[in-house]
Order: sequence, then structure tokens, then C-alpha cells
Amino acid sequence: MSAEQIVFQAPEIMIDRATHYCPGCHHGIAHRLVGEVLTEMGLVDDTLCVGSIGCSVFIYNYLNVDAVEAPHGRAPAVATGLKRARKDKFVFTYQGDGDLASIGMAEIVHAANRGERISVVFVNNTVYGMTGGQMAPTTLIGQKTTTCPGGRCADREGAPIRMSEIIGGLGGTAYCERASLDSVKNIRRAKKAIRKAFEVQQQGIGFGFVELLSGCPTNWRMDAVAANKRITEEMIPYFPLAVFKDVTAEGARECMPEADLSESAGKSAKEVK
Amino acid sequence: MSATQTKRIFIKGNEAIARGALAAGLTCYFGYPITPQNDIPEFLSTELPAVGGQFVQAESEVASANMLLGAAAGGARAMTTSSSPGISLMQEAISYLAGSDLPAVIVNINRGGPGLGDIGTSQGDYFQSTRGGGHGDYRTLVLAPGTCQEAYDMMIEAFDLAFKYRNPVLVLGDAIVGQMKEPVTPWVPETINNYGAEDWCLSGARGREKRLLKSLFLEEGALAGQNIRLQEKYTAMQAEARADVFACDDAELVVVAYGSIGRIVKSSIRRLRAEGHKVGLVRPLTLYPFPAAVLEDLARQGKKFLTIEHNCGQMVEDVRLSIRKYGDSDFHGHMPGNLPGSDDFTDPILARLGR
Ligand SMILES: Cc1ncc(C[n+]2csc(CCOP(=O)(O)OP(=O)(O)O)c2C)c(N)n1
Ligand code: SF4
Repeated sequence: MSAEQIVFQAPEIMIDRATHYCPGCHHGIAHRLVGEVLTEMGLVDDTLCVGSIGCSVFIYNYLNVDAVEAPHGRAPAVATGLKRARKDKFVFTYQGDGDLASIGMAEIVHAANRGERISVVFVNNTVYGMTGGQMAPTTLIGQKTTTCPGGRCADREGAPIRMSEIIGGLGGTAYCERASLDSVKNIRRAKKAIRKAFEVQQQGIGFGFVELLSGCPTNWRMDAVAANKRITEEMIPYFPLAVFKDVTAEGARECMPEADLSESAGKSAKEVK
Repeated sequence: MSATQTKRIFIKGNEAIARGALAAGLTCYFGYPITPQNDIPEFLSTELPAVGGQFVQAESEVASANMLLGAAAGGARAMTTSSSPGISLMQEAISYLAGSDLPAVIVNINRGGPGLGDIGTSQGDYFQSTRGGGHGDYRTLVLAPGTCQEAYDMMIEAFDLAFKYRNPVLVLGDAIVGQMKEPVTPWVPETINNYGAEDWCLSGARGREKRLLKSLFLEEGALAGQNIRLQEKYTAMQAEARADVFACDDAELVVVAYGSIGRIVKSSIRRLRAEGHKVGLVRPLTLYPFPAAVLEDLARQGKKFLTIEHNCGQMVEDVRLSIRKYGDSDFHGHMPGNLPGSDDFTDPILARLGR
């Protein structure tokens, strides 16, 4: 008889513990995909994670990497500072839709536009999960939440914001894709999208962004199966799965030479002082 | 601290701050334009990249302060500079820096407020600076330069203290200090002490346990533990209190004034001394910790007190707390929106002396 063969196991980067997420929540799947990609890319020892506010604030409890906690919405700014300080490390943020598309809109747009060499995993579940199911910028028209109990109305609350379309249109973005976690097929595609968004940082090409359409069964007041169905039938038609930008073919980009450095260029720190 | 000195140069206080930060080993700068401190980012936008550092003009003060948080987590000598309304926007991140035990330097070139106020000089941000400013029970060390040379020196001290205590340090200047030009003798410390930053900063968990820098403490008792530790740190910081004590030995009246106003008051006092009046000055150089012991000692000797500020009365509360066992302090406030000269302070000083 042949010896037992392991065909499936957790990537080394994942910490072996039960998660705090609700049953059917997709944060767990997203963490797992991130963990698999980091492991496969050989980044386990070189990754710095920037956590944000929301149900995923505890991501640092599940991944065996160095991490810092950012204020609500500010993870792209924190990641900018961290990457500037540690240019040789891999830096990524993990943010929900309330975090990234509402309070953190300025930071995500400008970090992408500057082409910061960071990667962003954006979990879009169309609701503020942690604070109890309030309306998010991504809440769909007609969707009921605790702060739009009659259903979101475009005239009253504005239309749901499509972040990948915005980020894909910015100059510094190197890779931007929207994927979904509602089916096995889409989860496989999501993993590839995460990998691409991570690779552009490693190659020094620019900012990498991946949006993951996810379920929040608890605040949607549904079971897990119905939540998956909602993503397929209601979210994907409004948030199409697509690659919105991919400049990998263009290769690494350099800054224009800086204009005014002639006087001090080449001098040592002590001379400048 | 042993140091290499170089020849004197004639520069603005803002440039002295930028040069002092470079001498202190600054590697990452983040900022957003606001008057009257724009000379600092303008100077660093060329000089910092020239020595291999990172300069980022952020999209807002909110972003600047959070970039500072990220760079601090990476163990960098990092700084942001701004002026009053901008500092208000930074307070959330400063609270996170304090709550996560991270070292960073923040410069406030104080201008007039509240609201948009004006771009002239003021000391209206004393409460915001010395009481934490953001949410939660925290303190930042606060240094208050009154000359361009002090502005330079205090930047080197600020980075040292930030790393020593793993805490944000605020350098509270004002529009006078920032905008005036004076001779400054630059110097570079021979060694820079990082107080073991490599043992806690984020650098990738290669061959060691992962590290986590955070301010969220949910388990029962955990936040209390963190706050007890922070308070112990603030108690230890009391050792850093410093003041410039001038002509106080035989003084009947001690005037307390800080920053550029302290320096203008010094001129008033010199003049009054020449006329035979027994007045002295205590000019706090650290506003947190406040040099309470110096003042208490003078109060014990039975001296009278007058606090002069370029605001409606803020530091006077700390003066009163310091001397409360022995006496009280009068207050003279020069309204923000008016630039004072040494003449403006002689009458208030004489009035208190006569009482
Ligand atoms: C400055 C600030 N404002 C508000 C909050 C409260 N808050 C915590 S989590 C959260 C919503 C997060 O929602 P989302 O980003 O969609 O993540 P999810 O919980 O759905 O994963 C809010 C508003 C906060 N922590 N800080
Ligand atoms: S509230 Fe929603 S997002 Fe949060 S853990 Fe539960 S299912 Fe997931």
C-alpha cells in the first residue's frame, strides 16, 4: 500500500486558529487566497500587512506576517509611509468597502494615482459589516440597510460607487481587476487577480488593486447559500467582473529626472547640512 | 552629545527646522502646504531626495500624518510639518502613533485661530499640543523653540526623544520663529541612537516571530494594561522638563512666557532691569513635560508671578497648577491677530510688580 499523500493543506503563512467571522462570510476565503498567493510568491518573510477598520481588523491574527493597524480609511496612506521606509519589502492593505470607498476615498485615489508600489485587497460586501449593517457607498439600489431601511434610493443616497472603474482610470495604477468569491470558478479567478495585483508591486511597475465581491450573510439577513446567489444575480450585473487596467506589458516605470537637484546632487548628508 | 559643527549661516527658522531634521537623520518626510511653514517642505523637496530620503507631498494633512504612522512602523526617522488647522486634521493619527508606541516628529508652526483665523503668529494651540489633542489618554512631548538656533537644536533633540520614549514629539514653533532670519550654527550629532528600533519595527518576519503594531486592545483588562504602561512612560518623561531661567535670583516678580513671546518678554525684562526693577523670566523649553519644579521652587521663595502668552490664557493653567501650594499667577494675554513688541509687555509687568 502506498504512503498517505497530502493533497491539500493550509499555506504556511496561515495561522492555525478558528476565525471570528460569521458563518458564510467571505473574509475567511479572501484571507486564505491572500495567504496562498503570498506563500506561492515566496513573500512570507518579506511581507508587511496594513490592517484597516471593519470586520477584517483582525487579519493580523490569521497571517504570520509583520503588521500595523491603520485608522479607518487611511490604510493606503499608512502603506505609502511604510513602503517608503521599507522599499525592499512587500506591502499590502486589506480594506472593506466602508473603509476604502467612503471615509478612505481620498487616500485610495491618491495612493493609486501616485503609483505607490503597494497592493490593495478591497473586499466589497455592499455594507458596513462590523458596525451592524449600515449603508455603504457600494450598497445597491433598493438594498435595505439599517440606515436606509426603505432601500437605497439613487435620488436620496446617490448611486453605488464602482471603485474598480475609478482606480482603473488612474495614472499610477498598474493592475486593477474586479473578481468575485461567489463560486468555485470565480474564487479561482480571484486568486489569479490577487496574484497579478501583487506581482506589479514586486516588478516595480506600480499600484495593484483587486476588488473581491463578497458576502455578508449576517447583515444581509440571509443564509450563506442565498448570499452567494445574491452576489451572482444582483452584485455582478452592477459590478461587472473585468480587468480594468493592466500595464504589465509596459514594464517598470521610472520617474522623470528631478529638475532641481543639481546643486546638492551627489553631496553626502553631512555636506548638505 | 559630541558633534561636528560647521560655519554659521543666516537662515529662516523654518529652514533651521528642516536642516535640523536632516542633521537628526531624517529619512522620510510627508506634508501638505499651509502658511507659514511652506519653506520646510520646499527645502526638503530637494535636499531630502539628494541624501537618499523620501519626500512625499500628501493629498491632505490626514494622509501626511498617516504616512508618518506607516514610516514610523517601518522604524524610519520620519517627520511631518504643518500649521494649526493642519495639525487639527492630524490628531487622529497622532493618537494612533501614541497608542501604538511609535516614534515620530510633528512640527506645528502655530498660526492664529480658531477656525481659519489668520496666518500671523499666535500661541493658540497650547492646549491642543500639551493635552494630547486627539482622542484618548495620551501625551506627546512638546518642545518650544524661541530662536532659529533653538529650532535647529530642538529638531535633533526631538528625534532623539521620540526614539527614546517610542512616542510622538511635537515641536511647537510659531509664525515668528518660522519666518524670522537669524544666524544659526549647524551641527551634526556624531552618533544617532535608535534605542533598539530594529527590535520592534516592521521589517519582515524572517527568522523571528511576527510583529504587530496596534492600538486595539479588546480583551478584558488589556486596554487598562496598555494605559497603565503609557502613563508610566509619561511619568518617566517628566525627567525631560527644561526651562530657560533668566534673572530670577533676586527677582520679586517672575514672568513666565514661552517661545518667541518668551524671547520678546526677555527684551522687556532687560529694559526694566536696567531701570532697576527686580523682574525675572522663566521661559519653558518643554511644554510637556511642563517645568513645574522650577516654578514651584521660585514660588516657595515667595515670588510673585505673571504669565504672558500670545493667546487668551492657556499655559497660565499649568503655571497655576505648578505653584498652587504657595501662590497664584496673574495673566496678560496679547490677542492673536496683533504682533507684539517688547514695549507691549512693560506696562503689564510694572502693573503686577506694583501690586
Ligand atoms: C474614524 C472612525 N469612524 C468610524 C468608525 C467605526 N467603524 C468601525 S468598522 C466600520 C465600518 C467598516 O465597514 P467595511 O469597511 O465595509 O468593513 P466590513 O466590516 O464590512 O468588513 C466603521 C464605520 C471607526 N472605527 N473610526
Ligand atoms: S458581519 Fe458580515 S462582514 Fe462581518 S464577519 Fe459577519 S458576515 Fe463577515
